[in-house]
Amino acid sequence: MKRQSYDGVAIVAPFSTPYQRYSIETAHWWIAAGLRGSLKAANLKPADLDGFTVSSFTLFPDTAVGLTQHLGLTPRWLDHIPMGGASGVVALRRAARAVQAGDADIIACASGDTNHIDSFRQLLSSFSRFAMDASYPYGYGGPNANFAFLTDRYMTEYGATREDFGRICVAQRANALNNPGAVMKKPLTLEQYLSARPIADPIALFDCVMPCAGAECFLVMRVDEAEKRGLPYARLSAAIERHNAHPEDPIQLRGGWTVDIDEFYEMAGCGPQDVDLLQTYDDYPVISMMQIEDLGFCAKGEGPDFIRAKDMTTKGDFPHNTSGGQLSGGQAGAAGGFIGLVEAIRQVLRQADATQVTGAKRALVSGFGMINYDRGVCSAAAMVEAS
Amino acid sequence: MTTPLTPPPKKDPQKRTVSPTRPPEMRSRAALGLTAAAAEGRFQLQQCAECGAVQYPPRDACSSCLSPDLPWTDINPEGELLAETTVRTSTKLYFRERTPWRAGSIKLDAGPTIIAHVHGDVERGARVKLLNRLDRSGQGVLLAVPLTRTPDMEDDPQMRALSSDPKHRRVLITDAKNPNAPALAEALAAAGSSIIFVAEPETWLPYPGRERLLAVPGVEILPMDVTDTASVQKLAGEIGGKVDILINNARFVRPGGVLARGDTTFAREEMEVNYLGLMRLAQSFGPGMCSRTADGVNSAAAWVNILSVNALATTPDYGCFAASNAAAFSLSQSLRAEYRSAGLRVMNVFVGPTEDDWHQPLPPPKVLPEGLARDVIRGLKEGLEDVYSGDVAKDLFERYRRDPKVLEREITMGSEGA
Repeated sequence: MKRQSYDGVAIVAPFSTPYQRYSIETAHWWIAAGLRGSLKAANLKPADLDGFTVSSFTLFPDTAVGLTQHLGLTPRWLDHIPMGGASGVVALRRAARAVQAGDADIIACASGDTNHIDSFRQLLSSFSRFAMDASYPYGYGGPNANFAFLTDRYMTEYGATREDFGRICVAQRANALNNPGAVMKKPLTLEQYLSARPIADPIALFDCVMPCAGAECFLVMRVDEAEKRGLPYARLSAAIERHNAHPEDPIQLRGGWTVDIDEFYEMAGCGPQDVDLLQTYDDYPVISMMQIEDLGFCAKGEGPDFIRAKDMTTKGDFPHNTSGGQLSGGQAGAAGGFIGLVEAIRQVLRQADATQVTGAKRALVSGFGMINYDRGVCSAAAMVEAS
Repeated sequence: MTTPLTPPPKKDPQKRTVSPTRPPEMRSRAALGLTAAAAEGRFQLQQCAECGAVQYPPRDACSSCLSPDLPWTDINPEGELLAETTVRTSTKLYFRERTPWRAGSIKLDAGPTIIAHVHGDVERGARVKLLNRLDRSGQGVLLAVPLTRTPDMEDDPQMRALSSDPKHRRVLITDAKNPNAPALAEALAAAGSSIIFVAEPETWLPYPGRERLLAVPGVEILPMDVTDTASVQKLAGEIGGKVDILINNARFVRPGGVLARGDTTFAREEMEVNYLGLMRLAQSFGPGMCSRTADGVNSAAAWVNILSVNALATTPDYGCFAASNAAAFSLSQSLRAEYRSAGLRVMNVFVGPTEDDWHQPLPPPKVLPEGLARDVIRGLKEGLEDVYSGDVAKDLFERYRRDPKVLEREITMGSEGA
């Protein structure tokens, strides 16, 4: 059976806190700040919410349950989505189904993490059982080493060069300079990218995201609810998720999107050529390249050629990660799974200020999450459109 | 090509000794199967008993058919290096201090993809063989090496960190009078040990092996008796900072079970040497060795106990002696846990009856000193925890692994009685 449509779903009040490299605050504090921002933008009070979902890595020992009491929420629909970079799209997709079914009227999809001086090291040490048993004992390079394998293999298989990945990073830095909340504030040239300090070959400094603190949030409700309240909203025309796809592949060169992409575009009633802007999950540029291919913008292995011919800035012919993405905006833990989605909602609502893509009506957002052992397990995508 | 290690320069006592750090130790229970196999030097992975699928990382249920029956099985260790990286920075101090660190993703012929350490002599995209070795946290880890030996390959820094190789290290052998001592010293010298201290009890009494010991390059004979606390402390004070490998070879053995002996005199001696001797040595030499496990080429690496295999399951012919070895074995397990936080390896070498006067009534096969020495060196080079030396020890351990209770009966059966 095919997926049913997401008709009647409104996405409202996208909000991003400015990001901070290090914070003395807690995940609870950041999530509250994100939630407050969205509620304020929608002119709602916490008591108006009857649905809540959260994604966070540093909330321990709490979960969404603890947050209800901590933040004074009384939802009739509650979810906790531990899917890292796929969390945003998955939260949206599930919240959309809940409001369609009448399980909730107004759902807040929140995410946020803090970043203390030692949080990243501690997060790594307890990330997953397979990582603990079978990847971190081998040099403890963390995700840098895992993505180095994928990048190395991709380069060998398809003849990609470091310049190809550099183009993605350089364009995103240009976009980030228009985003006052981004962590990175200085321009980046391709020469700087290429001569940067090596981290885990072939990954160098500017291939890696900067862990930071921050929060992202948006609301999901039915269209009639949004219209009743006079709230500008975006529509959801398609959404997919897939986990542990292609387990037979010895190394990851493709993600779960390839399984569902035809149905995705069928639902959306359009093709990749109709998309005004693309937000990929960019923990490392090789993953953005993989998404550009798997989402059908070009064939497998042709990503480098494709982006060589494109301008990926907000003013270009292929606007990509318009707020700078995680590579230049920073990775606020699980909020990294929301940054592209929240920016996409802003774009189609024409609220993106300095990063606004002219005439943006249709944004494709994709999520990718959780290097459980040797590959990212969760993949997801959503098509967000102006109403 | 591996750059051969050069003998370390004399240590500058003004300089700080590098504090021991360790790779991550935490593992799931399933993953400890890899460690158990590495302790014996075997490459094993879980293989589903129902559908045959080879599993990795270690699991609690088969990823093909969900069967929970996943015995650790010897698996073909060959595969292909699919991708690699050189880690140049790490949040884990152990690796941070040892970068650059090469790691790779290997497609095993048997099925799974395995992330492993990669030896410096492995070429990009090459066919490789995986070794399962214990790291400095005492956990089993996999190292990809070339299919065929390369010159000086043991000197590769990643491979050396997974061994207790005696090359360029200084060794203390206890009990010069044990008939094993000359063969051990010769084998260590041949393996590249720089100094071989041999402790001599009752220095006023002559014994047959002394001349042969003195002829071994690097041997220094020094007085120490493991039953004399003061002498152990004195020697530790003199050379404790220079002992990288300690081989506890002292042994007191007399035949007989409980009823064959009229009193506890020999049992006391056995405990004094075989059990308390180990404790005295550990209390005097252990702390110093633990502080030097990151001290460069001649860092402290291993503590070796030579035990009777009857420590695992007794034989009444040597019942009291076996009991003292069982006590020493138990103590060695405590010691292993205590040393592990410093990255110091405890290797137990279990021997069957040795070719000496006290085992004269037993039939062959018996363990010759040269055979024992060979097994000690192999165990050190491969960084093992448990070595079974000689056919009797290997046979007994296989039976022990199968069923300790059955072994107890079959080993003590025989006399028809009245």
